[in-house]
Amino acid sequence: MNYGIVSQEQLEQIDTILSDKLITLGVDCVIIIDMAGNIITAKDNGESKYDVYSFAALAAGNFATVDAMAKLVGEAEFSLLFHKGQDSNIHFSKIDDELLLISMFGKEISLGFLRLNVVEAIEQIKTVWDTSQG
Amino acid sequence: MSFINLKEKVVQVKIVYYGPGRCGKTTNLEYINRKFRDQIQSEMVSLKTHGDRTLFFDFLPFDMGQIKGYDIKIQLYTVPGQVKYNATRKLVLKGVDGVVFVADAMEKQREKNIRSLNQLHENLQDYKESIFKLPLIIQYNKVDLKEHGVPILPISVLRKDLNSRLQVPDFEASAITGYNVAATLKKIISSTVVSIQKKLL
Repeated sequence: MNYGIVSQEQLEQIDTILSDKLITLGVDCVIIIDMAGNIITAKDNGESKYDVYSFAALAAGNFATVDAMAKLVGEAEFSLLFHKGQDSNIHFSKIDDELLLISMFGKEISLGFLRLNVVEAIEQIKTVWDTSQG
Repeated sequence: MSFINLKEKVVQVKIVYYGPGRCGKTTNLEYINRKFRDQIQSEMVSLKTHGDRTLFFDFLPFDMGQIKGYDIKIQLYTVPGQVKYNATRKLVLKGVDGVVFVADAMEKQREKNIRSLNQLHENLQDYKESIFKLPLIIQYNKVDLKEHGVPILPISVLRKDLNSRLQVPDFEASAITGYNVAATLKKIISSTVVSIQKKLL
């Protein structure tokens, strides 16, 4: 598998999925990263100003740590990884073994509604990804 | 593995500073952060303990300009050096494109350098990478201590211990004063970029 290069067409399809499923919902910023901390793509609502590169490095580290903890207690993985703050929240979701989708959102969106949309977005992204790998 | 974004024309390159505890990995990054401030848009991220030891990693991203129309984004990481943190060291090595092995030139650290280099070899094997193939630079740090009367290993001994089989470019350096810090960085960036280009062709 060569996940290191993604075509322009694929990225545009993925960006559209992220916009349609998550940004229009009111999510501030969505990032897809790989487990090494590289950014595959980042989308925001035009207002948020996050340092996405540092964020990706920390998020990959965070996810890897939680994953290692899961193994220590005999779990294959902790499927829900969510950080709740006063005004903003972060939700992590695994796309596959190499990719992670991170959503940053405010208090006006419920976690359940976000998760439903994240699941749908991931299904669609996987289709885009699989056609390129096949 | 570096990530190449064909839409935005960006190449992300991951370089890891590896070495035994207190050898000066973080000090290397701190010097780079001060010296090349103009090229660095974000703050250095350090995850450390209360005792100022690296707990997980330091992270310093900067832009190197363009090669063939592609923006090269260099991402520097350090690993925690303490022996007990090998699990986290391994996590940081995931997807690495190039390694700087920082050795501590102090006489009493001789064995720790060798042990750390051996562990790097094993950790890379777990990711199906070879220390003999991955772009690697060795830095013999703390040579300035000689002036302060601290016993330092001669460069010939350090080379024999660490670089006799690898035969990679190496530098004497002093991360605290900045001597050869930039030279080490430039060399690992050029080796890594060349190796990525080769893989793509």
